[in-house]
Amino acid sequence: MDLNTLWFILIAVLFIGFFFLEGFDYGVGILLPFLGKEDNERRAIINSIGTNWDGNEVWMITAGGAMFAAFPNWYATLFSGFYLALVVMLLALIARGVAFEYRSKKDDTAWRNRWDWIIFIGSIVPALLWGVAISNIIRGVPIDQNMNFTGNFFTLLNPYSLVGGVAAVLLFTLHGSIFLSLKLTDNLLERAQKTAMKLWLPTTALLFIYVIYGYYDTDMFSKLGINPGIVPILAGLAILSVGYLLKIKKEGWAFVMTGITIAFSTITIFMGLFPRVMVSSTNPDWSLTIYNASSSPYTLTVMSFVALIFVPIVLVYQAWSYWIFRKRISTKQKMEY
Amino acid sequence: MDVLTLSRWQFAITTVYHFFFVPITLGLSIAVAIMQTAYYRTGNESYKKMTKFWGKLFLINFAIGVVTGIVQEFQFGMNWSQYSRFMGDIFGAPLAIEALLAFFMESTFLGIWIFGWDKLPKKIHLASIWLVAIGSNLSAIWILTANSFMQQPVGYALKNGRAEMTDFFALIANENLWYQFPHVFFGAIATAGFLILSISAYQIIKKQKHDVFIKSFKFGALYAFIGSVLVILAGHTQAQHIVKAQPMKMAAAEALWNTENPAAFSLFTIGNEKERKDVFAIKIPGLLSFLAYNKFEGAVQGINQLQKADEAKFGPGDYIPPVAIAYWTFRTMVGAGSLMLLISGFALYRSYKNKFDFKPWVYKTIFWSMLLPFIANTTGWLFTEIARQPWTVYGVFKTADSVSNTVSAGEVLFSMISYTLLYAVLMIVMIKLFIKYADRNVDEIESEEDVHDNSILSKA
Repeated sequence: MDLNTLWFILIAVLFIGFFFLEGFDYGVGILLPFLGKEDNERRAIINSIGTNWDGNEVWMITAGGAMFAAFPNWYATLFSGFYLALVVMLLALIARGVAFEYRSKKDDTAWRNRWDWIIFIGSIVPALLWGVAISNIIRGVPIDQNMNFTGNFFTLLNPYSLVGGVAAVLLFTLHGSIFLSLKLTDNLLERAQKTAMKLWLPTTALLFIYVIYGYYDTDMFSKLGINPGIVPILAGLAILSVGYLLKIKKEGWAFVMTGITIAFSTITIFMGLFPRVMVSSTNPDWSLTIYNASSSPYTLTVMSFVALIFVPIVLVYQAWSYWIFRKRISTKQKMEY
Repeated sequence: MDVLTLSRWQFAITTVYHFFFVPITLGLSIAVAIMQTAYYRTGNESYKKMTKFWGKLFLINFAIGVVTGIVQEFQFGMNWSQYSRFMGDIFGAPLAIEALLAFFMESTFLGIWIFGWDKLPKKIHLASIWLVAIGSNLSAIWILTANSFMQQPVGYALKNGRAEMTDFFALIANENLWYQFPHVFFGAIATAGFLILSISAYQIIKKQKHDVFIKSFKFGALYAFIGSVLVILAGHTQAQHIVKAQPMKMAAAEALWNTENPAAFSLFTIGNEKERKDVFAIKIPGLLSFLAYNKFEGAVQGINQLQKADEAKFGPGDYIPPVAIAYWTFRTMVGAGSLMLLISGFALYRSYKNKFDFKPWVYKTIFWSMLLPFIANTTGWLFTEIARQPWTVYGVFKTADSVSNTVSAGEVLFSMISYTLLYAVLMIVMIKLFIKYADRNVDEIESEEDVHDNSILSKA
């Protein structure tokens, strides 16, 4: 395996971490105004991700940085090409991050309501846009022979990518509701369980529609980079099993299964892309690949050492922080604000 | 306006804004960690209250610093895609390392610190704030590694139509980095020091002479003084380095049109930038040479000679940065820094004497001095970046070649207006909250649980 492939895998790992972790954060943010009726309930919901949402978001920032370092042309084409979509995403993320910290800083219902809706918008918009972005990357966007994106904002808004966007929102919301049913107690717990149950069927249905749509609208199935073999089937089986697991109240396993759905779907997408990183719909030969988009072997070597040393360390302390705060959050106890 | 101009404005607006919050984060994280260490060691409740009080202000500031940082990382690709293609092989690495080494650490342990007060052993809880402080300051080192490459490119070769990294360790060992980082770091210490000093002065004078704020005042004065002394010393060595590494930048800072030996230092110059000459100037003979070389002789190169040399080296073109901006931002920075030294020195003397009753104008001076570090930080960065023009990477790659070629002026206008509006709203909200929490009485410090309890009571 060459370094270019290693970095392709590492970036896939960063996206898996990002979608898995921020996936439930986005889901929790989307559910916040609906599940939390009283102020202390909303606080409990926010506190379920309060300790970790910021660290989870760093997965996205690191994925962006890793793209810049390892595949500068991918970073340049994607970020300048998807310009307006990213501006909207950044505005949403900025407002959301501030909202987590500021919503309880005043004892004022209107103030808190406002911030809660900002958390909702700040969570649903990035979830939707990541679904749209990933769908466009695999469907292909107009790219010329100099790796420049030649479309515009509306190029990105096609039925396939919109289905992908909504599917991402649903999947993350389901993932988030199951996460909440592991973190909350009493009324809130019941509400989270019911929501998860309600979300499961539409989520599963839309995911399958998305896959079938992809069969017609992308070359993911006809022009496989690497045959993903059993991986997408396992992703499908995982999401199917969630319904049953929720019914028998095995939320822990259900959470593992939505996690597997997210991880294996991401792996499938990356395997289908390989060795491409962005598909050109103008001319397949103008697609960006892990070779024409990459940094020099020297830079990849340096970055490999850095990543192989520090990614495991990060995983250890992040896992530790989840362990410290593993207890369920009850509105009856004193809460940190 | 064209894409280039708009993109530069957007970069300037978002970066200057981001850097209002960053120095507070860098300096205050360490300050809070020191206060909590004092609490851990002595068990003195005053130190715990200090930790909580300043920790809360730290968090209000941190929230905006961290989210506006995402824009910083994304906009290289979004607005400067040609730069990213040409420089990504080198420039991407420190950014990725910054995220991996510093951002993860900072954000994870901050979560642990905020929520861990009652859940963790005291020692581990204390360690978590120190890890936040170390993480924040590590991130400064890595982003300055990237910036130093732009000021003084090292460890690269032009290959395959782009700049490629040839020596990672040269990047880290970049001389510019080790002149620049101390300057930024001590600037951040001074920024946090003045914030603590000014707010403590307000509490003592306008509210009550409580031990918490007497201790805070003393701490702030010492912190601000150490920061001010060292930021000036570091700045001086950095300037001496720039005379050698980026002579055009220093010539612009001094509005030195022609090479002089010994070179005079300009106290006040009104110049004609187009004809490159002084209209009116007060100068001290020989002082610039002294500042540059520690002796009253030695040639300091002037703008005209450097322009000619650059033309010979890089081909025809205008290699002169905006001189008036360079000259005045540099002087504003130095002026603000000098005032910081005086005021923090005075405050330190007073806290040594335990005399905290100030005449109204003295109090006002101390209170408003908290703005000085922000003025110095901002003008310092404007100088560093603007006086490097027309280059993004000095002598290698120009700003005009760096901008994204697929993004339209309309799109950048939209994003610039959106960021500016959102940032303005957040600034107002942030300042209001900051004032609310800086204005708390000592007995209110035990924090938000109270707010929460009240809200339950008010419903009952």
